[in-house]
Parts: sequence; structure tokens; C-alpha cells
Amino acid sequence: MTTSRAERPAALYDIAVLGGGPAGLSAAVAAAAQGSRTVLIDAGPRPGGQYWRHRDGDDGALHHGWSQFRRLRQELAAHPLLDHRAGHSIWHVERTDEGFTTHTTHTGHTSRDGIPRALRSRTVIVATGAYDRQLPFPGWTIPGVFTAGAVQALLKGQGVLAGKRIAVAGTGPFLLPVAAGLVGAGATVVGVFEAGLPTAFGRHPVAALRNLPKLAEGAGYLRTLLKHRVPYRTRTAVIAAHGTDTVTGVTVARLDDQWRIVAGGTREIDCDTVAVGYGFTPQTEIPLQLGCEMMLDADGSLIARVDSRQRSTVDGVYVAGEACGVGGAQLSLIEGELAGLHAAYASNGPSVDRGRLARLVRQRAAQRAFAAAMHQAYPVPDGWQTWLEKDTTVCRCEEVSAGAIREAVDDLGATDPRAVKLYARPGMGLCQGRVCGYATTCLVARANHRQPTADDLRGMAARPVAQPVTLGALAAGADDNGS
Amino acid sequence: MTTPPPGFTFTFDGEPVPARSGQSVAAALIASGRRSWRHTRTEGRPRGVFCGIGVCFDCLVTVNGRPNHRACLVEARPGDTVSTQEGAGHDDLAC
Ligand SMILES: Cc1cc2nc3c(=O)[nH]c(=O)nc-3n(C[C@H](O)[C@H](O)[C@H](O)COP(=O)(O)OP(=O)(O)OC[C@H]3O[C@@H](n4cnc5c(N)ncnc54)[C@H](O)[C@@H]3O)c2cc1C
Ligand code: FES
Repeated sequence: MTTSRAERPAALYDIAVLGGGPAGLSAAVAAAAQGSRTVLIDAGPRPGGQYWRHRDGDDGALHHGWSQFRRLRQELAAHPLLDHRAGHSIWHVERTDEGFTTHTTHTGHTSRDGIPRALRSRTVIVATGAYDRQLPFPGWTIPGVFTAGAVQALLKGQGVLAGKRIAVAGTGPFLLPVAAGLVGAGATVVGVFEAGLPTAFGRHPVAALRNLPKLAEGAGYLRTLLKHRVPYRTRTAVIAAHGTDTVTGVTVARLDDQWRIVAGGTREIDCDTVAVGYGFTPQTEIPLQLGCEMMLDADGSLIARVDSRQRSTVDGVYVAGEACGVGGAQLSLIEGELAGLHAAYASNGPSVDRGRLARLVRQRAAQRAFAAAMHQAYPVPDGWQTWLEKDTTVCRCEEVSAGAIREAVDDLGATDPRAVKLYARPGMGLCQGRVCGYATTCLVARANHRQPTADDLRGMAARPVAQPVTLGALAAGADDNGS
Repeated sequence: MTTPPPGFTFTFDGEPVPARSGQSVAAALIASGRRSWRHTRTEGRPRGVFCGIGVCFDCLVTVNGRPNHRACLVEARPGDTVSTQEGAGHDDLAC
């Protein structure tokens, strides 16, 4: 665990793992076990990332793979070569002659304002994960509309129900555990509104068969919903939320295969809460800061390009987990272990365990095939753009409307999101385009009669300062590898 | 099941709010029936939690006189004075 500065002077780690979810945890544990001096840096107060988000004293009842998490957590706490820096929010990673310096601000028991820290390493493994991807719709800024992940995080991490009568909406397999968790905790779920029409299993029988446990998990959630008589509607979406200070209801609409509203297919439903998510957006500011080559994934997300060893295109930078492609916690665990092993082999040369590598590579191929099938089964066609009114907010921070984005294209001649950002300011607020980046990119591309590109997304995703840092913290400078 | 951690209170705009050790300010506010604790700078619209994991900055709140805390991340402590935040006060921040 955290060691005091007096005990351990400023040191150069072999490997810094950035992010402590399934990918980062398995990377750090694998690397340390191979003899690499490793530090795991994570913003959260406890390890586990989004998947194993938990409370102090949690018995894991709401979690899958809890025993695996406990093993990893135990290793993290006990391994003499492995340090854990919890509560460290990374705002910049810099290349240096010896490798990398990771700049963080630390919040913990002594300070909430963020004390600057700098940690040096020869190699970095980026495992920063992903967050819910959002599409704007009228009323989505009313309090009571949450991301699906927020509702899940409140339940799993805080033991709090986000509301009493909840509409779960969006697309993708993640809607199922969210809805099942809510009914299990006593909420009324007024419906699960899946905008897509998932048919992956029919079209990708091999990928599906190789991942039977995952399908069984999905079937289990469906059984829970059935038992509680929760309606599950496909090709249906929440196209508007109503209320002023809090949500009082939603409009639900039938959609065609391009997600345009089917005439005569709308109705109003009373509810106090909406949990919405349209897939996930990888957190890629660190690979972008380091100049890693990026690419467009099958789900339309910007991801870091990696090779078979999880190496990015920049020397010494590995990427694992959802920062290099959304694919669920199992894939993140496997990629993390591979990245940790390869980074350790490259940095201090222990003998290579070919059998273990071969097994991991096989597992990764199966999980990636499943993820690809999922992305194909849950596409996001651009008909959602017809749900928006002119005055519908797209950028929540700067309160930029769909109409203002359209004007930047039609009247000012902007042809890409970067130009629209300069003219109309979407993505210029505190979240730096994390929430509206995808939607803005799609809106601008379509207004220009073309498909979104990796370059478009990069224009909304480049963040030289990944996390807000106070001017005071910057001025104070940073000490070296202290705790 | 999970053993409930010990409880305490903090104040929100002068009113007591119960919380448990390790709970975020946002979770405690939501559990107490509150939905919003900020007004936006331009349109004056109410905001509370949206992403719940520190990504969106909707949930900004003033804690013990200091603005710009993300309520979904900052853990509540006994005796904290929490208050509504107006706008998104960029002034103090380098991004
Ligand atoms: C809110 C939310 C809830 C979810 N709940 C579930 C669920 O219940 N069931 C399920 O099957 N899947 C869930 N998912 C999806 C699941 O979390 C992912 O499939 C899985 O966690 C990916 O693992 P990972 O290691 O790649 O990334 P993550 O688990 O996302 O871990 C990334 C870690 O990096 C840290 N990090 C990122 N940026 C920085 C930075 N700048 N500084 C410091 N630390 C940083 C984060 O704090 C986090 O701990 C959820 C996703 C989200 C966003
Ligand atoms: S709710 Fe998004 S940052 Fe707190």
C-alpha cells in the first residue's frame, strides 16, 4: 500500500499503470509478479474501477467475479514490488528522457483540494476505461435524468436508489444489469426501452457459443425482469423527458431501423427517473496526450491502436481495457494481464511463459469476437438526430443547442467538429467535450452529408489537461514519487 | 449483506442531511430526496447528478466555502457545510 516518503525516496518505477479497473488491476498484479517495480495510479478511493465499484466493508453481493477481485486486491495490498496510489487524479502524462512522468493531484483524508504529485516510470500502461455514451434529447438536462452508469454506480458504490419509478433507456447489453439491479433493490422499472433490435446471436453463432457464460448472465437478468413484470421493448426509445425541477414523465416512441420515430407510435409514461446510455466512450486523453495513433472502432468510438502485445504506436506506452476498445470487464482483465506481462518482459526480462501467453491470446480473441458481434448487434444509426428540437441542449456545460450547432455548419460554413467548437462552443466547458463529443461529431458530420471520422472525434477528445487542476496546485509544483 | 457503516450529518443550505461514512455528498443528497444543487450560468437551470463518476461536471457544489467540488466524487464528512453553487466557476481552474 501507500508508503511514506521517508521510507522510500523518490524512485523510478519500471511500470506505472494508469487506472485501477479490471484492466489496470490485472496489469499491475501481473507485472509485479514478474519482478517489475510497479505503481498503480487511480482516481478512486478504492480499487476496482467501474466494474467492481464498491463500498467499504462490501461483501460483493451485487458483483460478478467478486472472488477474483478479492484476489487481485489482496495482491495489490501485499506485493512488495507493487504500490497503490489511490485518490490520484491524473491530469497529464509527459515523455521524459528516462520514460514518463505522470502528473496527478491527490485528494484524500488530509486534503480535498488536490495536492500535486509526480510519479516517474520507464513504461506506462494506460487502463483508463470508458464512460457512458450519451445522445441528447429534449429534456435530458432535467434533474432525474441520469446516465445508466450513474444509476448503477449509486446503487453499487453508495447503496442509494436514484429514484422510485425509473425508465431505463438506450441501447446495448448494459441496460439489462442496470434494470435488474434496480428491481432487485426495490425500485419500479416502468420499462426497458432498447432502441436497437439485437440479432447478433443469430448472425454470429460462433462468437456467441464461445461466450456462453456471458449469455447466461444476460438471460439471468431477463428472467429477473420477467419475474418483476418489467416490460422490455425493442426499437423503442425515450425521445423526451418532461418536468422542470425534476423529471415527471417521459415520451416513449417506436422507432424504425434508422431510429426515426414511427408515426402514431408515441406515448407518455409517468416516472420520476430516467437511466439512459447508448454504449460507452473510451477515456483516451492520455494516449492522445502522448501522441499514440488512434482509430475508429466498430461501435463508432475513438480508441488507441494496439498491437498483439497491447503496445500503442508510441514506445513504452501500452494500452489495455476499454481505452483500446469497449468489450466488457472480461476482455479488460485479459488485455490487462497481457499488457502487464509484456511490459514486464520488456523492462526486466524475466523468462517468458509461452503457455500462459498463448492461453491469454486465445481468450482475448474469443472476447474480442464477442465484443465485435455486440457492436454489430447494437449499432447507433443517426435517426436519433430527428428527435431533437432546435432548442434542445447538446453541450450541457456551455448550454449549446442543436440549432446553434446547425447554424455553425449552415451559416458559418463549418465542416468539422473542431470548427463548430470554435464558433458555437460545444465541448468548451468543464467536461471538455466528454459528454457531447460523440453527439456533436455525429451532428456535424451528418449536416455535412458524410460519416464521422476518427479525426472528427479526435477534434472533440484532445485534452492537454485531462482533469481540472487548480492554478494554485500548478504553481505549487510537484514532488517526486512521494505518497 | 453489507454491514452499514456509521452515520453522521452535514448541512446542505443550512438543513441537516444524514450520511454514512464513505458516502459521496451527491449520494447523501439524493438519498435525502434532493435532486439538484447548482444552477447553470447561462440559463439558470437546475442540475444535480448526471454521470455519477466524475466525467460530466454537472454536480458541482460548494463544500465548506470552496466551489467546484464534484459532489459525486467528494466524500461527505461530519460537520461539512455544503451549499448550492451558482454557475460553473472556471476562474480557479486551469482548464
Ligand atoms: C458508471 C459505470 C458503471 C458500470 N457498471 C457495470 C456493471 O455493473 N456491470 C458490468 O458488466 N459493466 C459495467 N460497466 C462497464 C464496465 O465497467 C467495463 O466493462 C469495465 O469496467 C472496463 O474495465 P476497465 O479496466 O477497462 O476500465 P474501468 O473499470 O472503467 O477502470 C478505469 C479506471 O481508470 C480510472 N481513471 C480514468 N481516468 C483517470 C485519470 N485521469 N486519473 C486517474 N484515474 C483515472 C478510473 O477511475 C477507473 O478506476 C460500467 C461502466 C460505467 C462507466
Ligand atoms: S455527476 Fe458527472 S461529474 Fe458528478
